[in-house]
Amino acid sequence: MSAGENGDSAARISGIKSALRVIPNFPKPGIMFQDITTLLLDPKAFKDTVDLFVERYKNEHISVIAGIEARGFIFGPPIALAIGAKFVPLRKPKKLPGEVISEKYILEYGSDCLEMHVGAVQSGDRALIVDDLIATGGTLCAAMNLLERAGAEVVECACVIEVPELKGRERLRSHGKPLYVLVESQFVPSS
Amino acid sequence: MFAEENGLHGDPRIKAISDAIRVVPHFPKPGIMFQDITTLLLDPKAFRYTVDIFVDRYRDKKISVVAGVEARGFIFGPPIALAIGAKFVPLRKPRKLPGEVISEAYVLEYGTDCLEMHVGAVQPGESVLIVDDLVATGGTLSAAIRLLERVGAEVVECACVIGLPLVKGNWRLNGVPLYVLVEPRLDDLECTL
Repeated sequence: MSAGENGDSAARISGIKSALRVIPNFPKPGIMFQDITTLLLDPKAFKDTVDLFVERYKNEHISVIAGIEARGFIFGPPIALAIGAKFVPLRKPKKLPGEVISEKYILEYGSDCLEMHVGAVQSGDRALIVDDLIATGGTLCAAMNLLERAGAEVVECACVIEVPELKGRERLRSHGKPLYVLVESQFVPSS
Repeated sequence: MFAEENGLHGDPRIKAISDAIRVVPHFPKPGIMFQDITTLLLDPKAFRYTVDIFVDRYRDKKISVVAGVEARGFIFGPPIALAIGAKFVPLRKPRKLPGEVISEAYVLEYGTDCLEMHVGAVQPGESVLIVDDLVATGGTLSAAIRLLERVGAEVVECACVIGLPLVKGNWRLNGVPLYVLVEPRLDDLECTL
């Protein structure tokens, strides 16, 4: 589902949406890049973003927040701190020291890999996966697989922005996982 | 300066933070005792203490920007920024930030690397705190300081969870004070992952 289903949330969502910036043709022609850095420059909007997630999850007995490198590292930890959950970074290959498990996933051209520390989560953990944006859902599915392989239950995936045309929500649904987002991607570059 | 020598002597939170950090020998290469903060992040109390100590230190210093160095600075910087009402500015590896950036190169053991910041993220005269998980040679933090100073900001302090003075007794980097919670450990305590 999306947020914005009650009045006060709607005002906060509107502020969050206005704080985002669109950069056309980055990283390549045809892509309208949804830039969250301008949201981080707006303390109220950034706080509202975190608060909306915290309000949703604080009574859901979430024991782990897994954040996807690198922008998931910005949104995940404040949520984890507020709800008293562990924070687990999911990283590109060879960044995590010690023993890791790896999950490969397909990109438009080629493949990439996400890693998690062995022992970071165990069976019985209820996990929320956080990233700034969901596009095709490929990275989030790899994240889900990592957590489930370690025995955790993935309760939901949470992103600030969704790009609906890329059908990430459907991909997650086919794995039986719900998605919660605050806003949809925008087309018009802001000034 | 170490937190313990600066008002936090005997504070049990410092020991809890140090104990929660895991040492991984010979990573990323032989001879390096890697200070792994991921185990700190698995300990909600110790992670909370870490953020609280920084927030207590900086909340009344009129800091308008917290700049975090990619990627582990992204974990500690935003909670501090949120608590003190400051902007958060990510300092990133090349070609990650969209739009117009300024770049600062710095020297590695072999070769160079580069840190980037968005043009317009920080205005002249703003007071800035730079945050990273660890300071080693100070090369990355020095590049971060140079980036912020190039746009006319004043870097008030650099804050790291783990570090050592660059030279014994010298807690300044390019003239900017360095504040560190714990020193690197050489051994590994019985730290569960």
